[in-house]
Amino acid sequence: MKKIIELKNITKSFDGEVVLDNVSLDIYDNEFITLLGPSGCGKTTTLRLIGGFETPDEGDIIFMDEKINDVPPYKRNVNTVFQRYALFPHLNVFENVAFPLREKKVPKSEIDTKVREMLALVALTGFEHRSVTSLSGGQQQRVAIARALVSQPKVLLLDEPLAALDLKLRKDMQQELKKIQKATGITFVFVTHDQEEALSMSDTVVVMSEGRIQQIGTPIDIYNEPQNAFVADFIGESNIVDGIMLADKKVAFSGHIFECVDSGFGTKEPVDVVVRPEDVDIVAEEKGMLKGVVTSVTFLGVHYEIIVDINGFKWMIQTTDFVDVDEHIGLYIEPDAIHIMKKSEYSGMFGDYSSFSNELDELSDAESEIEE
Amino acid sequence: MKKNAPSQRSILHKLVLAPYSIWAALFILVPLAFVAYYAFTDSDFNFTFENISRFFTATSMISDGESTREVYTYLLIFARSLKLAVISTFICLLMGYPMAYIMSKASSRTQKVLVTLIMIPMWMNFLIRTYAWMTILQDTGILNGLLGFIGLGPVHIIGTESAVVIGMVYDYFPYMILPIYSVMAKMDVKLIEAARDLGCNGFGVLRRVIWPLSLPGVISGIIMVLIPSISTFYISQKLGNGKFYLIGDAIEGQYVANNLHFAAAIAFILMVILLVCMAFMQRYANKKAVVA
Repeated sequence: MKKIIELKNITKSFDGEVVLDNVSLDIYDNEFITLLGPSGCGKTTTLRLIGGFETPDEGDIIFMDEKINDVPPYKRNVNTVFQRYALFPHLNVFENVAFPLREKKVPKSEIDTKVREMLALVALTGFEHRSVTSLSGGQQQRVAIARALVSQPKVLLLDEPLAALDLKLRKDMQQELKKIQKATGITFVFVTHDQEEALSMSDTVVVMSEGRIQQIGTPIDIYNEPQNAFVADFIGESNIVDGIMLADKKVAFSGHIFECVDSGFGTKEPVDVVVRPEDVDIVAEEKGMLKGVVTSVTFLGVHYEIIVDINGFKWMIQTTDFVDVDEHIGLYIEPDAIHIMKKSEYSGMFGDYSSFSNELDELSDAESEIEE
Repeated sequence: MKKNAPSQRSILHKLVLAPYSIWAALFILVPLAFVAYYAFTDSDFNFTFENISRFFTATSMISDGESTREVYTYLLIFARSLKLAVISTFICLLMGYPMAYIMSKASSRTQKVLVTLIMIPMWMNFLIRTYAWMTILQDTGILNGLLGFIGLGPVHIIGTESAVVIGMVYDYFPYMILPIYSVMAKMDVKLIEAARDLGCNGFGVLRRVIWPLSLPGVISGIIMVLIPSISTFYISQKLGNGKFYLIGDAIEGQYVANNLHFAAAIAFILMVILLVCMAFMQRYANKKAVVA
């Protein structure tokens, strides 16, 4: 695969506050790459640097083997779909899409063909003469995508483009964006704080936190092999406990010695152990590797989400078996369900469900949707 | 109880609106009716078109040294008023537009300071401001002192059309800048970024996004400067040394001469012309907003 954009040791601060700290990232041709992280992690700033709306304090941005640090946005072969679409209210749908072509003085007949082609691609044929202010959020979104794609940029930047849509529409647009990306062969750089969205759409996910890249990988890698406690916690649900590596493929945590599949750690090295809630089996108490008391049960349709107290540490377990609050149960964990991570600055900050509540989780989600 | 609620609310609605309606009727509609009534009556309050036709037909002789020619007095005055008003409005727009843009881009603290600075002269009396300009523009005034000091003067300004235009621009400039500024301050920065992203350089952004979106502010600015400067009086008397009799001066002159009916006729005609102009401009603005 061909490298199309290269960020080399980028540092950027605003008013003395470091927003990006020595970020390096390669983006390849034809790739759907997602920058994922909570608000304030620097993902939007990274996007704006590529778009040309910010210049890095340190480091280089390389676009097709050319340094473009100081190239203004209008000279970059990169277009952006803005978070709240930024459609021109004084122009109708056709003219919004035709905007970049008119600037390039493309002949009229060609503009007409290209705009219609784009509107067909985003399923808005027949909307040419509608005012953009009369469109629904989803339709405005499509106009914004058509407008950004019409001049065939090398790279399309999408800044949380689905955040303002309702859940159902968001799911449909995810599919559609993926389809458009495949059909056009344009590299998409997508910014989101929604980990589900990132996992379902991307070829590559870049997890960011506090201005640094935590992990780059395919969605499956990121989910199954998180590099540290932050990634493990941010992507899906995780029980993260302190453990000690006894030998290769042998780890002790929560007062029991487990078989696992990881090796290459030092003997007696303290580690973080991740166990996904869906990978824990509930068995009778006497047969369990770990024993605990159920403290809460939440029915979520597909499964129950239960919180189990094991020696004071609260585990989350997703199960289809019904158990009751205050029931004593045993837990069984397969070796390949245990993932070992090196200790990091994030160790001990995540993965305990003692203060967990779905409501709180949703609250903080809603907060992070407010612009950074 | 619930059934009655809407009608009760509408009674309350009317009650709340009543003072404004009475105010509007008393101080807008009634005076307008009086103007119209006076315009179409003679001194014995008999109906007549004479005042109106006098505006269009009255002639007088003017001489410019050698030759003397006959002109339509009031049409000439009206044309002169219109010319000076259009020039003033144009200068206000030329100076006000960039200023409004710069203001809208400044930090919010600077914006507040600039808005206050622009409004401060409006707190001072109109006559005092005009007198101040007399002393500035006089042949031996501050401006000529300054120009003389840097070796560019003296220049004779007072008593020329330029002096009248300077006075008008100074007096009405805030009315141009404030509506444009308020439209620009509300403009979404993302639209400008989007335009740059889609291939516009600085000038392209101005021409294709900022200008069309600021048009409503420009139009209300033009209306708010053009109309008072067409009907202004006193500025021309003081800064033009009375040489440039404007339509507002004509109305005042007739009024002072106790010729109320003809004064009302001039005012009435001026009002009709301005209303027609405004209707056209609003129509243009709306059309522009829909089509573009």
